[in-house]
Amino acid sequence: MIPALTTGSGAADAVLVVAPLLAPLAAAATAAVLRWRLATGLVTIGAAGIILATGITAATRTVDGTALTIGNWLRVDALTALMLIVIGAVGIIATCAGLGHLEGELERGHIDDTGAHLYSVLVPLFLAAMVLAVLANNLGLLWAAIEATTIVTAFLVGHRRTRAALEATWKYVIICSVGIALAYLGTVLVHYAAQQAGVAEHGSLDWTQLSAHAEDLDPGVMRLAFALLVLGFGTKAGLVPLHSWLPDAHSQAPAPVSALMSGVLLPVAVYALLRYRVIAIASISPEFVRALLLTIALASLLLAASLLITQRDYKRLLAYSSIEHMALVIIGVAIGTRLAIAAALLHIVGHGISKATLFCGAGEILSRTGTTSIAEVRGLLTRAPVLGGAFALGLAALLGLPPFSLFFSEVGLVRAGLTAGLGWAMAVMLVLLLMVFVAIAVKASGMLFGEPATQPRPTVRTLAALPFATAAPIIAGLGVVAMLGIVDWPLGPLLHSASLIAGTP
Amino acid sequence: MSNGLYVQLLYLAVGGLLLSSVLVLWRRELSAIVRLLIVQGTLMAVVALLLAIERDSIELVVVAAEVVALKALLIPGILRRVLRDSAEARETEPLINVTASILTAAVLTLVAYGISRPLVRLAPSIETQAVPVGFAMVLIGFFVLVTRRRALSQIVGFLLLDNGIATTAFLLTGGVPGVVELAVSLDVLLIVLVLQVLAARVRLTFGGTDIDELRDLHD
Repeated sequence: MIPALTTGSGAADAVLVVAPLLAPLAAAATAAVLRWRLATGLVTIGAAGIILATGITAATRTVDGTALTIGNWLRVDALTALMLIVIGAVGIIATCAGLGHLEGELERGHIDDTGAHLYSVLVPLFLAAMVLAVLANNLGLLWAAIEATTIVTAFLVGHRRTRAALEATWKYVIICSVGIALAYLGTVLVHYAAQQAGVAEHGSLDWTQLSAHAEDLDPGVMRLAFALLVLGFGTKAGLVPLHSWLPDAHSQAPAPVSALMSGVLLPVAVYALLRYRVIAIASISPEFVRALLLTIALASLLLAASLLITQRDYKRLLAYSSIEHMALVIIGVAIGTRLAIAAALLHIVGHGISKATLFCGAGEILSRTGTTSIAEVRGLLTRAPVLGGAFALGLAALLGLPPFSLFFSEVGLVRAGLTAGLGWAMAVMLVLLLMVFVAIAVKASGMLFGEPATQPRPTVRTLAALPFATAAPIIAGLGVVAMLGIVDWPLGPLLHSASLIAGTP
Repeated sequence: MSNGLYVQLLYLAVGGLLLSSVLVLWRRELSAIVRLLIVQGTLMAVVALLLAIERDSIELVVVAAEVVALKALLIPGILRRVLRDSAEARETEPLINVTASILTAAVLTLVAYGISRPLVRLAPSIETQAVPVGFAMVLIGFFVLVTRRRALSQIVGFLLLDNGIATTAFLLTGGVPGVVELAVSLDVLLIVLVLQVLAARVRLTFGGTDIDELRDLHD
């Protein structure tokens, strides 16, 4: 079931495994000592760059099926390398936008020096926790790392200390802690099943060993465990039934933090489910795994579609769109064939980068117009051509228009679903996607082209231009998403290799 | 220790755990609820200690000590501080009254027996027979979380749920591997600290910790 692996563990490889973890930790330490200043911000951007660079280097090492490991604890294979690349890429966009964001917030007096200090320490810690989650080969460590993301992001979500931000933070911490606690119960049950099946005591939460001996695990226990894991990590991924924290947290958090949460934190939770699916598919009936994931994904998609139609707040619009896209990714995981997994992973990359550019763009719109209401933002394209243009292109990417890669990953999903005999699910999915498309397109055209209904101020009032540090990564990110749609290289072989790890033939 | 005594003590402790969870539903004074959490933390350490003696495991003795430190001393200490700062001695009228809550707890316990059957069936032993109690504690914690309004009560609900999971882990596998156990404990402690800070901010901003007041954000 798992392709024959050769394991590399030379000194250079060890550096490759540890560097993406140490870089953000070092950045956090720097920020803790130096407090907020331009240098601190640049070090954090550098750390995100190192994550991306090691991700790419690791991809070239692991694309042939090699896995780099440190003991039983850390492991880098093609799937990990892909996630590192997403974390690094989204990290660069978000940390670049963070520079302008913090300066602006300080200028307007929304936060003080202590707030900026806290922000500049927590953001690299957040990156480190996500990197640890994708590096972890021990399922207990994976769980602890995802739980740690809740702890470090709590004060980032509530960074502005307003009533609404506080409410969002309370819901976020309570709901995600409960969800992730259920995932822990699932982990405990997997540990029990492994112990009873005689997988060695200290290896019994070891993913490599568990996936190799998955068929020995008791199906009754594993069924309960997998249901709890889907519920628990699904909470963190914004899936029903414990999704209600997501729109609040994403709309209240500072834009760069929303970008990180939506672009990479949700996929990291999905990544945990991908790893567990490999074990579940061999120990319990594949039909159960598929039915469970498909039910939750379609229900989430329905919820997102119906709330997108009535949405009046553009940051919440982006948040519900994240639920929609995670639901699509989970549909890919549910189908589970190699094509479906490759499409789901490509979707994670495309969504991560384009959603990050959109949240950063939304943050800039908010700081220029002072409102998050869709109805009050009008004529963006004429008032701020670069910002409006980037926002429009980002939305086009999000809606799955060609040439952006989300178009091709959605086509891939549908093809995989039809091949797997899930025509009805694909039909439901496409109808819901059409609803989403219409909902977002109508609202976006108002924001981009519309004329203000009431005219307290001149119709066309130019907004301040986008600073280069924010604009460059946004435009580059959109360029990458478009390029990934057009050419198979460079991601194709890596996606194939990752789908061999997580997919079934 | 003779086998009979071990079984009796273990079941006594596990029974006490379930009882302490149910009593949280009954008591309205928040200080009494914190005392119940101390009792529950101590009983969990007793379970770990009994397992340690039965299995001659030094590691479990260490875990028992850690459970006492965390769940019977440190976390209740934090909760006391939340309580002292907030000057709210009682849970306001919960969404569901006490009688109905206790009846629900009985139903939840039955449900717990139902869903944990595959676990007992895999390896019927003295310890795994008691696993439904762990599940019942999880469900009761969840119930407290959704029906109580005070910030502190919600933290208590989360802790009951967490205690239920830890109890399940002890009874099923004698706890998770040491490093993971440490990471989990640290996470729980940090979450409680985060919630403590947030509860203080809620009180400052909203003038009370009635979570029902938090309803600005919705669709």
